[in-house]
Amino acid sequence: MEYFIETLIGGLLAGTMYSLVAIGFVLIYKASGVFNFAQGSLLLFSSLTFVTLLEQGVPFAIALVITAAVIVVVSVLVERFLLRPLANRQPMSLFMLTLGLSYIVEGAAQGLLGSQVHSLDLGIADVPLFIDNVLISQFDLFAAATALVLVGVLALFFNKTNIGISLRAVADDTGAALSIGINVHRIWQIVWSVAGMVGLVAGLIWGARQGVQFSLSLVVLKALPVLIIGGFTSIPGALVGGLIVGAGEALADAYIGPLVGGSVDSWFAYLLALAFLMVRPTGLFGERSFSRV
Amino acid sequence: MTAMTASRQSDLSATSVLPETLLEIRSVSLSFNGVTAIQDLSFSVARHEICALIGPNGAGKSSLLNVINGVYLPDSGEIVFDGRHFRRIDPIEAAQLGIGRTFQNNALFPKMSVIDNVLAGLARKARTSLLEEAFRLPAARREQYRQRAEAEEVVEFLELQPFRDLLVGRLSYGVQKRVELARALVSKPKLLLLDEPMAGMNAEEKQELSEFIATVNHDLGTTVVLIEHDIGVVMSLSQHVVVLDYGRRIADGSPAEVRSNPDVITAYIGTVRQ
Repeated sequence: MEYFIETLIGGLLAGTMYSLVAIGFVLIYKASGVFNFAQGSLLLFSSLTFVTLLEQGVPFAIALVITAAVIVVVSVLVERFLLRPLANRQPMSLFMLTLGLSYIVEGAAQGLLGSQVHSLDLGIADVPLFIDNVLISQFDLFAAATALVLVGVLALFFNKTNIGISLRAVADDTGAALSIGINVHRIWQIVWSVAGMVGLVAGLIWGARQGVQFSLSLVVLKALPVLIIGGFTSIPGALVGGLIVGAGEALADAYIGPLVGGSVDSWFAYLLALAFLMVRPTGLFGERSFSRV
Repeated sequence: MTAMTASRQSDLSATSVLPETLLEIRSVSLSFNGVTAIQDLSFSVARHEICALIGPNGAGKSSLLNVINGVYLPDSGEIVFDGRHFRRIDPIEAAQLGIGRTFQNNALFPKMSVIDNVLAGLARKARTSLLEEAFRLPAARREQYRQRAEAEEVVEFLELQPFRDLLVGRLSYGVQKRVELARALVSKPKLLLLDEPMAGMNAEEKQELSEFIATVNHDLGTTVVLIEHDIGVVMSLSQHVVVLDYGRRIADGSPAEVRSNPDVITAYIGTVRQ
């Protein structure tokens, strides 16, 4: 029983890291209807920038500010030169655009900043904690707390500020938002920047665990099942989806793994997503669309 | 304000001083791939009046509103609004200059509540910066309280309190039209463009909305340009009627003048009555 609880808690905590990655997707998908395939490479790029700055001896806080500024600049450039000319095109064109963008950013990131593995120390010891005889990773706890705080801050931002209302308006009906004088271009820049910051946080936490390197851009592949389960349009959905994927993976690895010879975690999330697609295609928190006849 | 009300109430042709012009359309032409929508159209709208645009379907009425608030770019001609001349304006700029607008097919945010829809109408007026907002600094908070209060006021004014927290997508068409009016009004526009605000309403709802529009015009001094097909509503609500047919102006004057204009009777009312 203790083993089960331990596995479950470990899985749930690890799942919040998936949530962090998925939230970046949800933000952009909500506001511009684009599935941003480049989220992973942008995450890699910002994490690499941050680590490189640290290695050059820039203090932590200043490196964070500079990286944030870089994210804003990249977001503004992406909106101005890629999204704006293609506004109102089919979602597939925009998706292809982000696919191309992901290769460019990935190449640029490694070309400019190198492809070696950087280690990152966030100052949180990855020492397990014993609570009631249950082993819990301190680092996982930290990651989970970060994810929860981030979700809380974003919820406040969306619901309580004027910019949040404009954001939701743009997400709901871009044409209508434009027509009443909401600056859609600025909103897109803000959303891409916010998604970039969320990506940076996710990238740093993942990077601290497995090193900041090329494979970081592949965590997006884990975000996909999270989004399918939680729904593409819901931030709470991304959180819950991440928890389900994390817990499911950990439990499957512990209980099914020995039976099939391990490495269950490389496919279990997708199996789970497939099951959800059949039962609830819009995800747990996704918006169902109705049409009157 | 009193002088303006006086000029509004007196017969426009009788006053020796012409009322101040808020909006002037100067030789505007618009076509889509060779199909003419508006042809060399000119007329002006006085400050604080209610001006009705009428004409058969396809006469270019909605296209004209789209030119005024920057959705369409005219081929030639210019618009003078509140002393500013322009041919091209974008909708954001138009909103900032004080041109509010509602649409023929409601352009609301169906997944947001009534109050949030109204608040969205204020977004362009926000003066605090993103950083102030993000950190909820006092200036941002103050502005937000003020905006909330303004939105609540408009919601109350248009008797929308019972629907305040409901999602707009679930409301009846008539109520949605009123929400759209509220969203346009909350930014206190100088000019309000209403595209068929009463389409699909029953007689009672039309009467109600007419009264709201008249009150807005009278109490806030908002100039209104509206497109409406119900001649009864047009005649009782507006002080000025412009009749379009095939993108051209065929009559322009008081309701009484327009009603007796032979061109109008043949082109518009005649076809309706045949």
